[in-house]
Amino acid sequence: MNFDDTPQEAAFRAEAKAWIGANAPKQYEEELRKSSLGRTVLKGANILEVAKAWQKKKADAGWACLHWPKEYGGRGSSPIERVIWQQEEGPFGKLSGMFIIGHGMCGPTMMAFAGEEEKRKYLPPLASGEKVWCQLFSEPAGGSDVAGLRTRAEKTGDDWIINGQKIWTSGAHYSDYGILLTRTDPNVAKHKGLTMFFLDMKSPGVEVRPIKQASGQSDFNEVYFTDVKIPDSQRLGAVNDGWNVSLTTLMNERMSIGAGVSTGFPELFDFCNSLLLDDGPAIEDRNVRSRLANYAVKASGLKYTSMRAISALSKGDRPGPENSIGKLVAGSMVQEVAMYALDLQGAAGALSGPEDAEIAGKFQAMLLRAPGTRVEGGTDEIMRNIIAERVLGLPGDIRVDKDVPFNKIPTKGRA
Amino acid sequence: MNFDFSDEQKQMRDAARKFLAEKCPPKAVREVLDGKATYDKALWKGLAEMGFLGVAIPEEFGGAGAGHLELCVIAEEMGRALAPVPFSSTVYLAAEALLLAGSDAQKQKWLPKIAAGDAIGTLALFEGKGNPSPQAIKLSASGGTLSGVKKPVPDGAIADFAVVAARTGSTGRDADISLFLVDLKAGGVEVRSLTNIDPTHGQAELTFRNCKAEPLGAAGEGWGILTQVLDRAAVLMAFEQVGGSDRALEMGRDYALDRIAFGRPIGSFQAVKHILADMYVSATLARSNCYYGAWALSTNASELPEAAAAARISATQAFQHCSKNNIQVHGGMGFTWEFDCHMYYRRANATAVTLGSLSYWEDQLIDRMRKKNAA
Repeated sequence: MNFDDTPQEAAFRAEAKAWIGANAPKQYEEELRKSSLGRTVLKGANILEVAKAWQKKKADAGWACLHWPKEYGGRGSSPIERVIWQQEEGPFGKLSGMFIIGHGMCGPTMMAFAGEEEKRKYLPPLASGEKVWCQLFSEPAGGSDVAGLRTRAEKTGDDWIINGQKIWTSGAHYSDYGILLTRTDPNVAKHKGLTMFFLDMKSPGVEVRPIKQASGQSDFNEVYFTDVKIPDSQRLGAVNDGWNVSLTTLMNERMSIGAGVSTGFPELFDFCNSLLLDDGPAIEDRNVRSRLANYAVKASGLKYTSMRAISALSKGDRPGPENSIGKLVAGSMVQEVAMYALDLQGAAGALSGPEDAEIAGKFQAMLLRAPGTRVEGGTDEIMRNIIAERVLGLPGDIRVDKDVPFNKIPTKGRA
Repeated sequence: MNFDFSDEQKQMRDAARKFLAEKCPPKAVREVLDGKATYDKALWKGLAEMGFLGVAIPEEFGGAGAGHLELCVIAEEMGRALAPVPFSSTVYLAAEALLLAGSDAQKQKWLPKIAAGDAIGTLALFEGKGNPSPQAIKLSASGGTLSGVKKPVPDGAIADFAVVAARTGSTGRDADISLFLVDLKAGGVEVRSLTNIDPTHGQAELTFRNCKAEPLGAAGEGWGILTQVLDRAAVLMAFEQVGGSDRALEMGRDYALDRIAFGRPIGSFQAVKHILADMYVSATLARSNCYYGAWALSTNASELPEAAAAARISATQAFQHCSKNNIQVHGGMGFTWEFDCHMYYRRANATAVTLGSLSYWEDQLIDRMRKKNAA
């Protein structure tokens, strides 16, 4: 048991470190380091432009999408090298936020199902950040139940005509392309009538409307499709096999380890270290210490769980299921941490303006953004189902709609 | 990076699991639970023969000289099997104290006997309620004899010798505390067994009346040694707790798969699945914290104090969480004497307070994190 690099890993780390040291946009390092959930902004700069410039710079030097094959814009690195890169990239990795879906989900799906010509055309600019991709799965009628989606794709000649609505599409407003899951046969059971495509987000008939979130920000969108034409050559996988294609997309997420989820603990620990309560420093208060210790062991537990997965990668093994707990634990923890930080601030905890609030309203922003973390990318409840079924081997839920033709499934609860 | 046990260490874990499955089934645990024996003597001998008692004891003192990572994997299996033997008192506390502070003669006298299963040792620290603190130690030492009362002392009624924390000064500082080694079979100690929530693991009161004792380590250094012993024992005990957590989770999972209600396995209800998923989460967090503790323990890293506290807190929480919810998943049957669930619940809650309770370790963790931050 050790935390040492192999000689090969150490050489890779040294090379990555040197390149990052010489090329990263250091003027933003401090702001990126301090940014936390609900607040990643750069004063006096457009973060999207900074992010795109950094990604392009990496791509030009061969440091983009490390684990992708070289011919598609990657470096052909091993999974452990990708993790080492992320460790060395540190706060600058926060600039990759806008590319996570494209690089983590859309790219691998294209690699598995697109034709060679399409792969060579679309993947390199995706890797270099010149083109941004989004993922169009969720719908008003299909959130956790993704296969309940209703957006129709109908074949006319060599094209497909798309009508419907997607929701919760991250980054659709700045995306150039998207992968799109549609219903192509409503007369069969819901999982069996889906087909996957990729499309140009600038196609006629695509309308993107930002969603104003409960936090006041707009990271997500509704996307409307009105008679949008997609050529059959942009179909991914067989007609009506879209569910299996989407599983490939989602399974690729399992391998993307190391992009740690925010727990809020380091921020809370720092805050308590400097906070003075009426009767002395907060860090010396028994109750505060007990709460902090409980959060500390969750945060360290997640950190070392991820190290165990990285070790498996380092040995060339597939990581075990342990990492599936990350989002579930961190999501509710960051929410509790934010609430506790406000509690420690007393009545002033309600203030969120950067001038008047404690540490410029960091925990207030965290609090307001936190509910989303427990829903996006699989709700807490879906995550628990996944652990129960795939890790512990418990039976799947009884699905009353499983063998029912999609168009016979009830669509309303209380009539 | 290899943040995992080696293949050899995993083989040792498998060997321990196999051995314990055979020699320490729930029926054997119940012999002690029901008061038919004070501990499982045959199992104790068997553990010695397997080389498990001396796995971390150097060869020159009769052990296998393997190391603490090996001891961690065995500890996990001991916890999983609820082994009703004085393993933690003898191996994590007494042997570790001897290894840290014993003279060559003291090590030669006791360590080979521990490895051979011929001596049971323990640590006599507590004097009634409260957590580890130098101020709480009243038992006094003068002229090579000890006077005072220690309780609870784990496995105190069956121990052959004890490491005893005694007051040798009154300055109010840590330096007031010294450690002593007492041969409990040599007279001068009155032993009274104490009823406790986990009868598979005895507790006792030891009354010392001008009892002969020899110093263990230098005078006035007792508290420093104790702190190190407790940190080391915390990691090892945490592995027992993780072993127990995993077993409780498995029991709950298996029952949920077998038990039918409302026409379906209860494990198909989300209310039950989510209980079990949360048990998996706490057991996984604890295991990962324990691995870090194992690394720090085996390398004597400067991170050990922080790593030990984190492992201890996380594993205590996990074992309590998993053992109580294992009963919940079992429903009424989980609350019978006949089902084994309560044995895990008892062990979880007893181990939660030995070595100092959760609130003690929480306090320690934050202290140690502050120190590291300041450094």
